[in-house]
Amino acid sequence: MTRTLKAMLLAGSAMFAAQSAGAVEIEYWQYIFDTRVEAMDRLIEMFEAENPDITVKQVTFPYADYQTRVIAANLAGNGPDVLQLFYGWTDTFVDAGVLQPLSQDAFPHEMIESEFFPIVGAMVRDGEYYGLPTAVRSLALFYNKNLFAAAGIDNPPETLDELVADAIALTERDAGGNITTEGITLDMAGQDHQWWREALVRQFGGAPYSDDNRTVTYNSEAGVAATRWYTDLETVHHVGTSGFMDEGQAAFRAGRAAMTIDGTFRLGAFGGIEDFEWGVTELPANNDGMRSNYASYFANGIGAGAEGEELEAAEKFLAFVTTPEAMQVWLEVVGELPARRAAALTEANASDPIYGPFLKGLEYAHTTQFLDEAGQRQVAIDMVNRILLQGQSPEDSVAEAAAQEQAILDQAN
Amino acid sequence: MTTTADTGAPRLSMRTRRALWVWGFLALPLLFYGVIRFYPTLDAFWLSLTNANPGNLRRGPEFIWFDNYLRLFTSRDFWQVFRNTFAYLILGTPISLVLSFVIAYYLDKLRFGHTFLRALYFLPFLTTASAMGWVWRWFYQPAPTGIINSALGAMGIPGLDFLRSTTWALPSIMVTAIWAGLGFQIIIFMAGLRAIPQSYYEAAHIDGLGAGAILRRITLPLLKPTTVFLVVFSSIGFLRIFDQVYNMTTNDPGGPLGSTKPLVLLIYQTAFQSYQMGYASAMTVVLFTVLLVISLLQLWILRDRG
Repeated sequence: MTRTLKAMLLAGSAMFAAQSAGAVEIEYWQYIFDTRVEAMDRLIEMFEAENPDITVKQVTFPYADYQTRVIAANLAGNGPDVLQLFYGWTDTFVDAGVLQPLSQDAFPHEMIESEFFPIVGAMVRDGEYYGLPTAVRSLALFYNKNLFAAAGIDNPPETLDELVADAIALTERDAGGNITTEGITLDMAGQDHQWWREALVRQFGGAPYSDDNRTVTYNSEAGVAATRWYTDLETVHHVGTSGFMDEGQAAFRAGRAAMTIDGTFRLGAFGGIEDFEWGVTELPANNDGMRSNYASYFANGIGAGAEGEELEAAEKFLAFVTTPEAMQVWLEVVGELPARRAAALTEANASDPIYGPFLKGLEYAHTTQFLDEAGQRQVAIDMVNRILLQGQSPEDSVAEAAAQEQAILDQAN
Repeated sequence: MTTTADTGAPRLSMRTRRALWVWGFLALPLLFYGVIRFYPTLDAFWLSLTNANPGNLRRGPEFIWFDNYLRLFTSRDFWQVFRNTFAYLILGTPISLVLSFVIAYYLDKLRFGHTFLRALYFLPFLTTASAMGWVWRWFYQPAPTGIINSALGAMGIPGLDFLRSTTWALPSIMVTAIWAGLGFQIIIFMAGLRAIPQSYYEAAHIDGLGAGAILRRITLPLLKPTTVFLVVFSSIGFLRIFDQVYNMTTNDPGGPLGSTKPLVLLIYQTAFQSYQMGYASAMTVVLFTVLLVISLLQLWILRDRG
């Protein structure tokens, strides 16, 4: 009895020793989203082929639990070595001690700043980068080619004025005057709040926030004008109704909206449309030709607990998932745009009728530094609802929204 | 060996041994409840006095006395949500009870198709609240997709905004919630009605009492324990309403301008979307207090004076 036990123990410890001497295992965490998990599986396979002494274990959680799990696991000392995080969570994760700054030897700042799109700047805290994205997302205007052809419009709108004119021509109503096909969707709970904040407010000559992102600055003539332009779509031009078919993307997918503004992440869902042809174009410019866009991304950071050879392996893995080849895999599997200029702006990508407009948007995109994303989004939704449902003037509503959002920013600081 | 052990152990009386057994068995659920239920409940009281959030979990949250409560009581959002919560309670409970009593009362008299009808009324109670929420959400849509508005349109009546209106969103959700809970209340009322001895009714008939008098003098007073149970049960249900509201308004949770948002949804958003655990705990304590006071008040008002 004892002899067998001893033998087993010996064998066990020998195996353990062999493993710890020869190989490092690191954990990569992200939330569950089929194509993202699949893309990461492929990247891990590629990485392990190049680095036979490193094993990467992918661990996933439902999106709703993800942040809590990461923070709780980190407290318990079981945090990941490399993890995916939304850029907007950086403050929380840095405060909670989940992340460690990227070492400047492995990831020199000059390299990051010259090779990545400038929006990665949102990952900097106290002069250090806390993560790098594989892929980024931006917004564009989706349009229904069949409805455009039926209305006799050859090209999608280039400017905001053209957008209004086209939307008027494209809107269809029943005998009772109810809209049956929207010219453009109004969905502040969807991507319209990002469009309004980072594109419209800037195109009307304003800025949503101060440079340090601590002060709300859209309570200005420009902010009011941008808001009025947006709500006029419903109240003056009657080219769309907020809440029509529940969500803007649902209306577009059903062929009951000629235009909608949405992100790269919607490409998968719209890819299944069979009833009509659709196209993508850049967000319309203002009358001076100025364009703006909103970009966001999930970055990969290194867990605070990674040390020694695990840290080394984690840095190797992070460097690998931010290589141009990895970005191309991510683009093919997930449909998100490469975060490096060179990888994104290839001839093939830039001339792609679908990726092209999103990529052009990245050049002039802004990234909102959210402190409480859900709360700040709610402020924008309520601002438009007060105008549409309660008849409040855009001036008053924008002022109220600015005060509410400032309170959120102050609370978080 | 065994004999020494036997004599060495203190002799326990049958009574003590039985008590030990009982406590042994009771300890398990007690421990479970203690760790899973009571400890987190008590901890919420402590958390409500701190600025706990994920960012300061590691170094420990700061104790900030009653700042969370002050912020709560001066917040316009909180009072709106508080009003909404009470609107669900004050309208929902009586309407659902009267409705379920009337249905139970007549269903009880019915012989033909009784079981079938009873099953039909009970069916919504078996359905998942979120699935129901989504079905009703589509009922309430504007003309091309919503059944109700399409029907109204066909009759030449202009469509109603339902969930998109700050006035009608809350009643629209309440209808769903009442409908969902009706089956359960009907079954409980019918059980209560069946429990009233038939001889009372026979005696009343012999004495020549009318149907109205029988209802007032016999049925309602004898149904009181059932009513008390349902009032408390349904009040707590309406005060904790969440599933219907959340699922019917997911893209703007809590309806346009928060017009349907109940306290529980605000707590959920504060805790798990804005991650302000301390502030959310303060709301939880307020909800706990409200539930406690209302339940005690109802028990006291509807107590047995006999």
